Amino acid sequence: MFTKEQIAERGFYTQHFEQGKQDNTLILNMGPQHPSTHGVLRVMLEIDGEYILRADPVLGYIHRMHEKMAEAKTYAQFITNMGRVDYLHALAWNWAFVGAVEKLGETPPTPRAEYLRVITCELNRISSHLLWWGAYLLDLGAFTPILYAFDDREELLDILQDMTGSRLTYASFTFGGVVADMSDALKERITRFIARLRDRLPMYKSLVTDNFILLGRVEDIGHIPVDMAVRYGATGPVLRGSGVAYDVRRAEPYSVYPGLDFVVPTSERTDALGRYLVRMQELEQSLNIVEQAVAQIPAGDIQAKMPKKPKVPAGEVYFAVEGARGKIGCYLQSDGGGSPYRLKLRAPSFSNLSLFAELSQGTLLADAVSILGSLDLVIPEIDR
Amino acid sequence: MYRLEEIKRAARGMWSLVVGLNITGKYFLQPNVTIHYPRQEVDNLATFRGHIELIPEDDDPLTPRCISCGTCARACPSNCITVTKKKAPAPTPEEVEQGIKPKAPKDPETFRLDFTLCSLCGQCVMSCPADAIRFSQNINIAGYSRQDFYFDLIARLRSRLPKHVKKAE
Amino acid sequence: MIDPQLLRILVALVGILVFVALNALALVYAERKIAGHVQRRPGPYEVGPHGILQPLVDGLKLMGKQLTTPKDADPVIFWLAPVMCFMPVALCMLPIPFGPNLVALKLDLGIVLILAFAGFGVLSLCLAGWGSNNKWSLLGAARSVAQNVAYEIPLLLSVLSVAFMTGSLDLATISAGQGALPWQWNALVNPLGFIIYFICALAETNRAPFDLPEAESELTAGFHTEYSGMGFGLFFMAEYANMVVVCSVATVLFLGGWNGPFAPGWWWFLLKMYALIFLIIQIRWTYPRVRFDQLLNLCWRWLVPLALVNLVYVTIIVKL
Repeated sequence: MFTKEQIAERGFYTQHFEQGKQDNTLILNMGPQHPSTHGVLRVMLEIDGEYILRADPVLGYIHRMHEKMAEAKTYAQFITNMGRVDYLHALAWNWAFVGAVEKLGETPPTPRAEYLRVITCELNRISSHLLWWGAYLLDLGAFTPILYAFDDREELLDILQDMTGSRLTYASFTFGGVVADMSDALKERITRFIARLRDRLPMYKSLVTDNFILLGRVEDIGHIPVDMAVRYGATGPVLRGSGVAYDVRRAEPYSVYPGLDFVVPTSERTDALGRYLVRMQELEQSLNIVEQAVAQIPAGDIQAKMPKKPKVPAGEVYFAVEGARGKIGCYLQSDGGGSPYRLKLRAPSFSNLSLFAELSQGTLLADAVSILGSLDLVIPEIDR
Repeated sequence: MYRLEEIKRAARGMWSLVVGLNITGKYFLQPNVTIHYPRQEVDNLATFRGHIELIPEDDDPLTPRCISCGTCARACPSNCITVTKKKAPAPTPEEVEQGIKPKAPKDPETFRLDFTLCSLCGQCVMSCPADAIRFSQNINIAGYSRQDFYFDLIARLRSRLPKHVKKAE
Repeated sequence: MIDPQLLRILVALVGILVFVALNALALVYAERKIAGHVQRRPGPYEVGPHGILQPLVDGLKLMGKQLTTPKDADPVIFWLAPVMCFMPVALCMLPIPFGPNLVALKLDLGIVLILAFAGFGVLSLCLAGWGSNNKWSLLGAARSVAQNVAYEIPLLLSVLSVAFMTGSLDLATISAGQGALPWQWNALVNPLGFIIYFICALAETNRAPFDLPEAESELTAGFHTEYSGMGFGLFFMAEYANMVVVCSVATVLFLGGWNGPFAPGWWWFLLKMYALIFLIIQIRWTYPRVRFDQLLNLCWRWLVPLALVNLVYVTIIVKL
């Protein structure tokens, strides 16, 4: 292991990643194309034997200029872009944008639409966490749990398809409400699904979480001290896995979350196992939320009466929601026209990834993969 | 003491491995959950959001409800839709005498969708004032070239009629 | 005239080669089908009825690929490695008694022959890593050599414990010495030895959860990255052939060989061997990978002391 002075000496070179001062270190490029499923992430590593001296993520391989597209499209036309920013929790990104426009224009959605948004967003969160779980284990070498997770996810995607018509990139929120309604048959189906997933979770625990080999790969790996997490602006399970109980649904409440009873799971462990446990508990809490929302949902319209050409007044607004990866923020500045003047999207994975450079110093190469998996990154969200 | 703790952890660990094998062994003996295409097909397509299609008039299944206003084409973020209006028919001699200019029929001349650009956002469906567009459930759209995805929606509307109606026309 | 002993060995060799080759094909298919059903999906299905012809077609595909040699690599060493990986398998199968009279080579030192030639696999890994002219191949090969060499020791010790119990190194004697009923087999008299042997067998054949050398493509390249086509095919087949060898030795040493509750014969041998192979395949698809330093820790801190303790235990039992 290396002393703090040795680590501080090296610094970071993003433009010119040259050989450091120490001899016989190797420069390894974990290239944009990976067997891992995170996306097009490139990490430049300087390695001494097994230990990482420096790690530098290089981004931008999937920059698609969503924020610029927002300036060129009208508000209604842009909604569908948000599903593509982070396709695993597309509804949360939809909600961030739609919520920002509604906040600025002071056109709140109908009560039934609020509950429908909560139900679909939480179901989407469950599917995102199931995929994270499967993909993380795939990185660690267990090939079966991802298929078990996808089995559950299929039922979930079928439910969401029933409601919204899409399976991955949803565009079913609109200003003033949602586009798709929930029939009674669908309510039944959701209730059955909740029971089914609750039955499956103990199997996940005994197959994977209690597994001795997995614990060896995940326990005591990638300790993120609280001050490092706060310094880099980490949010979501990365922050909650270090003991800070910050959840946007409780800290800056929106929609009907104040009326729903759920616990914000945290872990004092600060290591990858802590983040893992936080996400598994979040899965269970999301099931609770959906159950309550389905029971409490009022009848009524799913879309508020909006004028044919909705006008968004001039002004600026910031609206944040809790995504599967952390705090998703949407800063919208409007000059009263048909398109936003400026739209800035805050991606949680960007802040979460930025602590990887400092976190991975001195760790084993084989642990870097485990750490990246436990941060739950989605690169398209980082690059937007 | 430390050794004893380690040995207990190791024993618990070995047991967790046996439990894991038990679970995968159980799933090995259960039937597959795969819907094995093409021997089986999925059965939940009724709500699937496929490419758009025109809704015919209630009384005339050959004519779309569309009024050629072009709202859908303007609402589309990707400019996938092209709609052209029909021209008014040439006036008959009686109409020329009476000074009446015949009106163009409302339904469109052409209604084309470039599905290679479509993102299934639904703005066209939501913004249509005549309620003339809906999502289809067409999933069998594999093709060998880009042209296979330039849909002529009026031709599609006409081709989906039951045969006896076509013959009657 | 050909010496009858030599003739017997030649015939046996041909038979064994055919057996091993067929097994390799069958095991590729079995692995993919078992993986499929554990994951609740069909596995190979289209090529031939229920995918039976899949391994054949895969073999044809591998044979049809271009054989590339990396720039500045030593072609002799590079191409020697996969051939050398596959060769010792036939030799290792010679002393194994498939049935009461079905043994190719009656040797007093059958075990020693097998252990000696199992070391050839390690040498071929070394050559593969060095001959690829790729620093990551070299590192991957060095790691796998360290893994194999480390796990030879508890393997040896557990085999030794069986030899102590039986008093002989001859596989036929060991096999015949165990009784017909399951509680008379060595696995139940000497369970620790069996478990240690099984874990070492997984590590020796580079199977999950100890497959860091092959699946190292998550971070760096494994030792067989630079191989394409038949070179890779030979490594692949050698892995399955090694599995067969290791499971047959386990059957002979611990599970009573060709003995069975009724009608002893080669069918019991094959049944037990395939049961062990099924277990190995299922283990691969259940557990995640063990990290490299944890792997070595497991060997040096746990398996070697346990194997020594086992030896002491067995000597006491033999004395009693």
